[in-house]
Amino acid sequence: MSTRTDIEDFIAAYAHGIDDGALDDWPGYFTEDGIYQIITRETFEAGLPLGIMLCEGRGMMADRIKAMQTANIYEAHTYCHLLGRSQIDAGSGGVFQARTNFNVVRTMQDGGSQMFAIGKYLDVIEMQDDRPLFKERRVVLESRRVDILLVYPL
Amino acid sequence: MLSTVDELNEPLQWPEDGITRIPYRLYSDPEIYALEQQRIFRGPVWNFLCLEIDIPNAGDFKTSTVGEVPVIVTRDENGDVHAMVNRCVHKGALVCLKEKGNAKLLTCIYHSWSFDLEGRLKGVAFRNGLKGKGGLPKDFDASQHRLEPLRVEVFCGLVFGTFSDATPTVESYLGKPMSKFLRRNLGRTLKPLGMHSQIIHNNWKLYGENVRDSYHATLLHTFYTTFKINRLDMDGGIVLAEDKWHSISYAKRATLEEAPEYKAEKIHSVQYDANLAGPKLLDSWPEFEDGITHSIQAIFPNLAIQFTLNSLCVRFFVPRGVEKTELFWFYVGYEDDDEEKTAMRVMQGNLTGASGLVSLEDGCINEFVQRGTRGSAEEMGLAEMGGRDVESSDHSRATETAIRGFWTGYRKIMDIP
Repeated sequence: MSTRTDIEDFIAAYAHGIDDGALDDWPGYFTEDGIYQIITRETFEAGLPLGIMLCEGRGMMADRIKAMQTANIYEAHTYCHLLGRSQIDAGSGGVFQARTNFNVVRTMQDGGSQMFAIGKYLDVIEMQDDRPLFKERRVVLESRRVDILLVYPL
Repeated sequence: MLSTVDELNEPLQWPEDGITRIPYRLYSDPEIYALEQQRIFRGPVWNFLCLEIDIPNAGDFKTSTVGEVPVIVTRDENGDVHAMVNRCVHKGALVCLKEKGNAKLLTCIYHSWSFDLEGRLKGVAFRNGLKGKGGLPKDFDASQHRLEPLRVEVFCGLVFGTFSDATPTVESYLGKPMSKFLRRNLGRTLKPLGMHSQIIHNNWKLYGENVRDSYHATLLHTFYTTFKINRLDMDGGIVLAEDKWHSISYAKRATLEEAPEYKAEKIHSVQYDANLAGPKLLDSWPEFEDGITHSIQAIFPNLAIQFTLNSLCVRFFVPRGVEKTELFWFYVGYEDDDEEKTAMRVMQGNLTGASGLVSLEDGCINEFVQRGTRGSAEEMGLAEMGGRDVESSDHSRATETAIRGFWTGYRKIMDIP
């Protein structure tokens, strides 16, 4: 198996894990000090720092999951991620950069499925013991608008 | 076009019990929504248009909306700010399509009519026709045609506009306590940090109540309570503007004296007992000497300024239909913030917005009211917490006085008997 295949499988497993509701596993896709951010394209392209969600390190990611499981109130829903083919570039020192388009369909309690979030993942991926991990995953949303709320990570 | 309550097909009267009762019909009646566009948004109020930092340079323009009316805000060569309806004088097409830009002239793409940054008609394509034929009549007077102007005032970096000659200055409109607090929060040069918006599926007034609802904040929003960011057992209060339209809810985090009622009532929001695995989330510094660490200032009709710890955000909620509202989050810092301060404001951005750890519930809770009140237009909601009066509350935020203030202002401007 090639590194490219490993990274593709890793990116797919991340999305499928969220779709299956395995949110406790989510921080484990990142390095200990990994960064996760959801930001609008408009803010990102303006070079401004404040997006919609920001976690620095697995601890903050675990806090997010704990909050959404026990504290936050919202109508339960599910995601289905549709991913485009990843463009993967090898950097130096075992670090890879990947860009992947996504389309997330959200299904609400009334049974309606709707396009919820469209954009691109901009990833910095590090190989640790031959296993890929996100050192950085920036989720750039095409739209500035979020329908209702955004609680589960994308 | 509807202009008074008397013209409604269904007569409207405020319930006998007064301002402590809110008819559910106000959230769902298309005729009332249409009337609001005239009486409120085109009426004697100051509408938030944009931040001054959105249009820093000569020629900058930004599109915005007043109620449902699309508007353009510009800065001219002299640095003056103007606002006008984004509707060409010719066929009514949008003149500016882009959300932001820089231009010397604003040109409608339909027939290339162009306007200066004040909205005056400067050019008409083929005005004299071609080869001596066609064109506008000789007596066409371009000076009689301009983009419909709004009166503009910039206050504390906020650009406000009004359609009405009856609106007093922004400072008089806000009143003394409101102007003073706005100066505290926004009276320095701002810098943008990021922006997004949220579509919430409810009438705009439900969000207007929501930002004034200090009672719900620590019951629904568990994160506030658990991490002692905002609780009703902190020293805090509600300040109402003289005319009740606007209000401030504030709390001082350092004054928390835990009240037994939170535990005794088994409130959802204290069930979540947590320590943060990533405590950096709540890193903050005392920004002001007055000890206030959390405030929401609501400005009628559809603006709120939030200052939670060091997270400063201008929230602007725009009606997009009877049951649909777009809520904009404009996060800002101060121009002289160092990197460390900026980083803390950015991290605290996690608290609010569409994914806000303390606020994301507001994205759906107002929709739950919208859905819950369907088919119950004749019924009404209750707002008696803290009494039935509409006065500032110095020592308690277990009150709905600011909500009663909102409806007091609403009833007056809508002239509902």
